[in-house]
Amino acid sequence: MIGAEFVALSLPPILIGCLAAIACAIPGNFLLLRRQALIGDAISHVVLPGIVVGFLVTRTVSTWPMMLGAGGAAIVAVLLIESIRRAGRLEPGAAMGVVFSTMFAGGVLLLEQSDTSSVHLDVQHALYGNLESLIWLDATGWASLLDAQALAGLPPELPRMAITCLIVTGVTALLWRPLKLSTFDEGFARALGLPVRALSLALVIMAAMAAVAAFDAVGSIIVIAMFICPPAAARLMTDRLAHQVWLSVGFATLSAILGYVLAGYGPLWLGFDDSVSAAGMIATVSGLILALAAGFGPRRAPRSA
Amino acid sequence: MQLGLAARDGRIVSTDENKTAPLAVRGLTVTYGEKPALFALDATFEAGVMSAIIGPNGAGKSTLLKAVLGMVSPVSGDIRAYGHPVRDVLDRIAYVPQRASVDWDFPARVIDVVLMGMARELGLLRPIRRAHRDRAMDCLTRVGMEHFADRQIGQLSGGQQQRVFLARALAQEADLYLLDEPFAGVDAATEKTIVAVLKSLRDTGRTVVVVHHDLATVSDYFERALLINTTRIAEGPVADVLTPDTLQATYGGRLAQAQLAQILG
Repeated sequence: MIGAEFVALSLPPILIGCLAAIACAIPGNFLLLRRQALIGDAISHVVLPGIVVGFLVTRTVSTWPMMLGAGGAAIVAVLLIESIRRAGRLEPGAAMGVVFSTMFAGGVLLLEQSDTSSVHLDVQHALYGNLESLIWLDATGWASLLDAQALAGLPPELPRMAITCLIVTGVTALLWRPLKLSTFDEGFARALGLPVRALSLALVIMAAMAAVAAFDAVGSIIVIAMFICPPAAARLMTDRLAHQVWLSVGFATLSAILGYVLAGYGPLWLGFDDSVSAAGMIATVSGLILALAAGFGPRRAPRSA
Repeated sequence: MQLGLAARDGRIVSTDENKTAPLAVRGLTVTYGEKPALFALDATFEAGVMSAIIGPNGAGKSTLLKAVLGMVSPVSGDIRAYGHPVRDVLDRIAYVPQRASVDWDFPARVIDVVLMGMARELGLLRPIRRAHRDRAMDCLTRVGMEHFADRQIGQLSGGQQQRVFLARALAQEADLYLLDEPFAGVDAATEKTIVAVLKSLRDTGRTVVVVHHDLATVSDYFERALLINTTRIAEGPVADVLTPDTLQATYGGRLAQAQLAQILG
């Protein structure tokens, strides 16, 4: 397994899976503590109308128009959610539910009405992604990692996901203190003069970036799972925010690696012929980790004041 | 009300004094939807004095603090701290929000919360040094919570949580302290501690403004009081301001004679 074949077929999808999981899990920590975890769900749904519009505008099925469309739709959704929440004084969950179901439905209508039957615009792909197909044909072994020519043949999702992950990590580190403070006590943060609304917007835009990039690489199932499961599991293991974020990164990585390996080899070990969807298995593993943390985590008991 | 216009301490309040008062509010109107929470409210809080803001539920007490700190946008009115727009002097103002306004299950220790009081001086990336931690520990000692520094905040009692909030405000090293119902749901020992800390702040020249709900303790704790019910009913030294007429006007006749007798001693 650990040979040329591994480098070409398994290493890129595992790395992409890890990076996608981490990029979603980091903002997921703050969204969870702000009771906005559903925003990952919302963003991954509104990506559909964004992609359709991207296609209708450019008439091509290529990556950049679609990602721009998805990113634009995510930002529109985020702004809509914020304004509905503030103008209508709805609880965040309700505002998100209204926006993402409406926009997703609009995307379906748009898809039906527009002439997309000739091209491959696939809702299935949007949900499950196609992690297994992100292979590195130019690789001949571990040495290829040092070979510039071979590296050029890496699936473009890998550098894209790596940059996204780097940006998310960097912005979180830079804004760590105000993010933590405004998540814990928004009133006090405002009394200190911190730009609370800008911070909360920065957080959701960061989440939207991670969701759009990850969705393109691995599908929305992973996105939704990674925004919630690793941070929630980590919260049950520790009482310190920094530890929680690091643990969530660990759980996300573990889910991606274990999920990919189990999807590829698990059914074979059990005597079945075919492997199963890696995205599905990664999400399942993250759910199992959460279940374990909920059952045995040291900080799981609700405290009474 | 006639008393609402009474000059403070028998002096006519000069406009000069208003310009430099720790906190001066003029014509403040705040609405939530159609309903005014505060209407044309005037109030002046004097330097080196402990003042109480008193009124029934929904009278706009918390809204007044929130408007001062820019957390709600007023429809109209002018708010000045030390003669400046409040946002220019935020460094000089410390704030203790209502304890129930945050989720105490948040993953943080007591010391982390106190360090949040230094957020402005620490900025984004300046490292937290020994000196900062020592200062935070001093603040905890002043409220009697020095042995709880590493405790998760969710493990504290209500009174302990309130003391941690006060310690965080102390860490702000401000001149004007705004506290929203600091005595709500706390034990007697905590109430005593908080009063002692606030009096020590006053004794070192700081200004303390407290949203207060317990009429029985107003005259023990405070020198001045502002009675409001959407608008100002009365303002001045506690002894002048707490009268049967003003209290009935503030509470809309909801206080029984027995209660009045107790409050007014």
